[in-house]
Amino acid sequence: MTDVPTAAAAPTGPGLAEAAVVRFMRGVRLQHDRVRDQWVIQAPERAFVPDPIATAILRLVDGQRPVGAIIDLLAGQFDAPRAVIAHDVLAMIADLTARQVLIR
Amino acid sequence: MNAPPPPMSLLAELTHRCPLQCPYCSNPLALDGREAELSTAEWIGILDQAAEMGVLQVHFSGGEPMARPDLPELVRHAAARGLYTNLITSGVLLTEATFRPLAEAGLDHVQLSFQDVDTGPAEQVGGMKGAQAKKLEAARFVVADGMPLTLNFVIHRGNAGRVPRMLELARTLGARRVEIAHTQYYGWGLVNRAALMPSRAQLDEATQAVEDARARLGSSLTIDYVTPDYYADRPKPCMGGWGQRFVNISPAGRVLPCHAAETIPGVSFPDIRTATLADIWENAPLFRLFRGTDWMPEPCRGCDFREQDWGGCRCQALALVGDAGATDPICSRSPHHDRVTAILEELPAEPPPFVYRRFGNAPGGGR
Repeated sequence: MTDVPTAAAAPTGPGLAEAAVVRFMRGVRLQHDRVRDQWVIQAPERAFVPDPIATAILRLVDGQRPVGAIIDLLAGQFDAPRAVIAHDVLAMIADLTARQVLIR
Repeated sequence: MNAPPPPMSLLAELTHRCPLQCPYCSNPLALDGREAELSTAEWIGILDQAAEMGVLQVHFSGGEPMARPDLPELVRHAAARGLYTNLITSGVLLTEATFRPLAEAGLDHVQLSFQDVDTGPAEQVGGMKGAQAKKLEAARFVVADGMPLTLNFVIHRGNAGRVPRMLELARTLGARRVEIAHTQYYGWGLVNRAALMPSRAQLDEATQAVEDARARLGSSLTIDYVTPDYYADRPKPCMGGWGQRFVNISPAGRVLPCHAAETIPGVSFPDIRTATLADIWENAPLFRLFRGTDWMPEPCRGCDFREQDWGGCRCQALALVGDAGATDPICSRSPHHDRVTAILEELPAEPPPFVYRRFGNAPGGGR
């Protein structure tokens, strides 16, 4: 289980706006692994464990909720300024998009 | 030894029957006949056990898994149990009519093999006229459906120069992934080694083509690249370690740590018809034989890489040194590394003819 996305390694991405809606690519899903009690990303020929930030974001991706709404929900859960959370979420979504996990 | 962590993935080899005859096939020389194959009900039971144990992905393979009419039923059952389903196919039996039930059953991903980009050499390797057009058509309707598609090319001396065009074909067809996988020399590949092994210059050229494409295409096409380890100084971490992540079930129900493990002498092969998958995984002598590091001889035992490469490949140690418990001779620290060097130095200038993979065609009396 390698290949763990991290916010630090994320590219800035081509201007992902808070109004954008992202969804999982076909053939990719977040799944709870009951036996190992962890969340995994299932994708073609590989399964990998997202870090806690990516997991928190991906659990809110439903193909309908705009990125801004995901940021609002996380700002309610975590004790950090919304601007900081927005920065992290946008960077992580850009990274997960580049990795063919999410698509706009 | 504590109970090992459960396997991550199951390779379900549903049948050894296949319309193609590729001389690098990873199936064993002794192919299982149709009469020995597990039934639908037996596979359903295996999928239940695998999901219960914690397997995340199942790879339906063969032979040609599309030769089994119960494939949609098995896919549907696996998907319902939360297993991620991959179909590993030659594509020659894949039509819109046979693909639709698989998509509706919840198939997650198709890996489609190509023997080459050009029809002539592709069909010479596969031994089936008309195969290339069927594969191209299969790729088109999988992509049109939106299901992720991986193209798989096995590389050898006859096609290594066409890697740039293989990558271009994958991009043109809209594949999400492509595997450029040099032949691995076991079973039929080992029999045909002199006909298949590329030169160092061919290997370097293929590697450069992959690196160029990665730089040019970025993340739009994932390229998995597998090298022929004969040219390496360090062994591959075969299967991520023996009996650690991966379990293979043969058409006749033998449960194996890798698809070549039936070459290992002096140990019995567990049978899924007579024991549970969990019991076999944890306790079968075959799985305990090379699990972890306790079995290791020197120089592996004292090596800092012992938990990275796990001593390399047991089947390769057996094939080249005659001892499955030896250090993989690919490793430059192996006392037998010179055997690998000698094999490469003695490759013929003109390749010998292929020994095609088919029932009854194995040298030495394989079925």
